[in-house]
Amino acid sequence: MYEYLETADPALVAAGKLKRVAVDPVSRVEGHGKVTLLLDEDNKVQQARLHIVEFRGFEKFIQGRPYWELPVMVQRLCGICPVSHHLAAAKAIDQLVGVDPANLPPAADKLRRLLHFGQVLQSHALHFFHLSSPDLLFGFESEIGKRSIVSVLADYPDIGLQGVKLRKYGQEVIRMVSGKRIHGTGAIPGGMNKALSQAERDYLKQDIAQIVVWAQAALQLVTKVHTSHLPYYDNFATIRSKYLSLTKPNGALELYHGGIRVKDEQGETLVDHYDYCDYPALIREEVRSWTYMKFPYLTALGKADGWYRVGPLARVNNCDFIDTPLAEAARVEFKLHGGEAMVHSTLAFHWTRMIELLHCAESIEILLDDPDLLSSDLVTKGEKRHEGIGVIEAPRGTLFHHYQIDENDIVTKANLIVSTTSNNTAMNESVRQVAAEYLSGRELTEPLLNNLEVAIRAYDPCLSCATHAVGKMPLQLELVDAEGKLVDKLIRHSNGEFIHGSE
Amino acid sequence: MSGTLCIDGIAVPFSDGQTIIEAARSAGVYIPYLCHRPGYAPYGSCKLCTVKVNGRTNTACTLPAADGQTVISNSPDLQHDRQRITQMLFVEGNHFCPSCEKSGNCQLQAVAYHQNMLDNHYPHFYAQRELDASHPDILIDHDRCIFCNLCVRASKEKDGKEVFGIAGRGIHKRLIVNSPSGKLKDSDISVDDEAAHVCPTGAILVKRSAYLAPIGERIYDHHPISEVACEKAVLDTQAAKGHASCDQAQLAGQVPQNSGSDSHYAASMPPAPDIKHGR
Ligand code: SF4
Ligand code: FES
Repeated sequence: MYEYLETADPALVAAGKLKRVAVDPVSRVEGHGKVTLLLDEDNKVQQARLHIVEFRGFEKFIQGRPYWELPVMVQRLCGICPVSHHLAAAKAIDQLVGVDPANLPPAADKLRRLLHFGQVLQSHALHFFHLSSPDLLFGFESEIGKRSIVSVLADYPDIGLQGVKLRKYGQEVIRMVSGKRIHGTGAIPGGMNKALSQAERDYLKQDIAQIVVWAQAALQLVTKVHTSHLPYYDNFATIRSKYLSLTKPNGALELYHGGIRVKDEQGETLVDHYDYCDYPALIREEVRSWTYMKFPYLTALGKADGWYRVGPLARVNNCDFIDTPLAEAARVEFKLHGGEAMVHSTLAFHWTRMIELLHCAESIEILLDDPDLLSSDLVTKGEKRHEGIGVIEAPRGTLFHHYQIDENDIVTKANLIVSTTSNNTAMNESVRQVAAEYLSGRELTEPLLNNLEVAIRAYDPCLSCATHAVGKMPLQLELVDAEGKLVDKLIRHSNGEFIHGSE
Repeated sequence: MSGTLCIDGIAVPFSDGQTIIEAARSAGVYIPYLCHRPGYAPYGSCKLCTVKVNGRTNTACTLPAADGQTVISNSPDLQHDRQRITQMLFVEGNHFCPSCEKSGNCQLQAVAYHQNMLDNHYPHFYAQRELDASHPDILIDHDRCIFCNLCVRASKEKDGKEVFGIAGRGIHKRLIVNSPSGKLKDSDISVDDEAAHVCPTGAILVKRSAYLAPIGERIYDHHPISEVACEKAVLDTQAAKGHASCDQAQLAGQVPQNSGSDSHYAASMPPAPDIKHGR
């Protein structure tokens, strides 16, 4: 739709007619990203790209290491969803010791699910309350000082506090199962290294009813924000796409283990219950020269048509139902809202994220009553294999871990497709859509540029996963003409201080 | 010969043939060490156990205890040196605690906590060392070897073999395996040998045993190395009765400011981090 904005007309570039605007780095996303716009003399956007400017080859780093280190080592990929990497790697190394998901002891399977629900809960809470609520509550073009969690806490103290507590609860689930709030252990080849003690289980049970209530409130809030700003929320950064996710064998929403389902723009099922161990036949990745992030696509449909979206919007769009009642009721309402088979609104990522938040809370409540969590039957073993693949629905979408080992148990090959990478084409499409529909032809101001970030943030991209870079930096906008001369510069420091001026 | 010596103001009895570090341990007094191990012949390479004995610098793991010795272990100077020695060990190899399977069970890490080591101080060497994964049950990760010689001694003295040796000097020092190919698979080590289990760091590991102990059940999760290193019964008696102190006259002017059972840190250093949940 907006592909024409990926690369500007070379003639215009050559003629020196375009000026460059860089949003660098995109703030309130994890990792280091940068947006550049090429504008012509009328401020019409000629090119818009989301670049990943830094890359560390994690796959190289783990080559030569023993496979049992993987679940702990890969957690270093990401400060936000380490548990997703931990579990995806664990599923892969289960296969290396000859254990398929169906053979995992029920206690280990349930403990991992509990751990994963805790992870998704805390990640979704973090994203919504800390990173997105400032935009959603104050408006995308609001004064820059307003757009932070600090302002949210000041103006909506209850909401802010509930967000903090929801996140904290998810972290406590993680701590009880894996020993630490971040970077614990837990999953080992063929199972788990500990069960929950009765005391730990009871500790988590204390607050779960309240957590469900707060998750409902968060969902209501997002639903209200979305539906009271129509049609803006349905249209902003919106692109029609295919969706990829795991589902349960019965078609229900699934986060830990299932088959791959792909639906197209009209909601037709293209692929269903596909064994993820065959993913190399399903998906390929394209490399483009201007960014380090690859562009995955469905092999059968080719590079141009094969791109798809993953994450909460994909999962809620793709599943037939959700197997917890409150989240299911919310899903039904959500689908009705769209008026067609699939909801393509990019800002609906926020809505579906909160539906999943509620699903996680409900699922934790059910799981905590399961006596298997206290069982000591935690590990099983089979025949050693030389290849293992683990796929999981991480908070941001489908996550693939794939390893090969030699006869000495050493990793010889690794391939990871992280969720954010799968959304690469889509994020670029959304950036181009915003550039074309909202920015083009207008004088660029910081609030206007925030629109670009809002579009990117809807995907909750974890650029640290995608690039293996860590840390948040101040926001920098650069207006550069086509010869590379700096025309104007805006810097926002992480403390909110705002400096304007060319030098 | 037996008698009593005085360590940081505490009267420590010893029996015939004990070194200072052994006498200290029997009395529940911890002197940091890495190349020493109870029941092993002294080696004296890491220098972590350096103490002042009657005013002269000595390694507590090699010096025989003698009646009337006055030993200073917890002085700010000695603690400072120990911290630096530990930091050198960290920068010389490649020790990444967060993804190391020995984390929580590692003596080097525990000593670093005890020394209140919060950074590396020295620039990292990024040594290029290879992994030997050739043996079906035992892994050597040379990145984590601190050349304490314990595996060499274990193989020779306890297992009656000669699987390991240390070759080279200075930065070229390396652990070598006694086999035609230099690979562990061609040596006569077996997974039941003491040499396969003695390594204080994660350099020699039994394969496929990583992370079996959950966080909370690892050796140093709840007790610092100063307690783990001593026998529990001794510590319990001490807690009940307290340390016997030495004759004050003998100590005049020599007892460091921060002496006492739990004052391993120089007063100016920040408190030790809480290691309840490990790193
Ligand atoms: S391998 Fe372990 S036991 Fe042997 S010298 Fe190195 S650190 Fe010491
Ligand atoms: S313990 Fe004494 S020198 Fe190493």
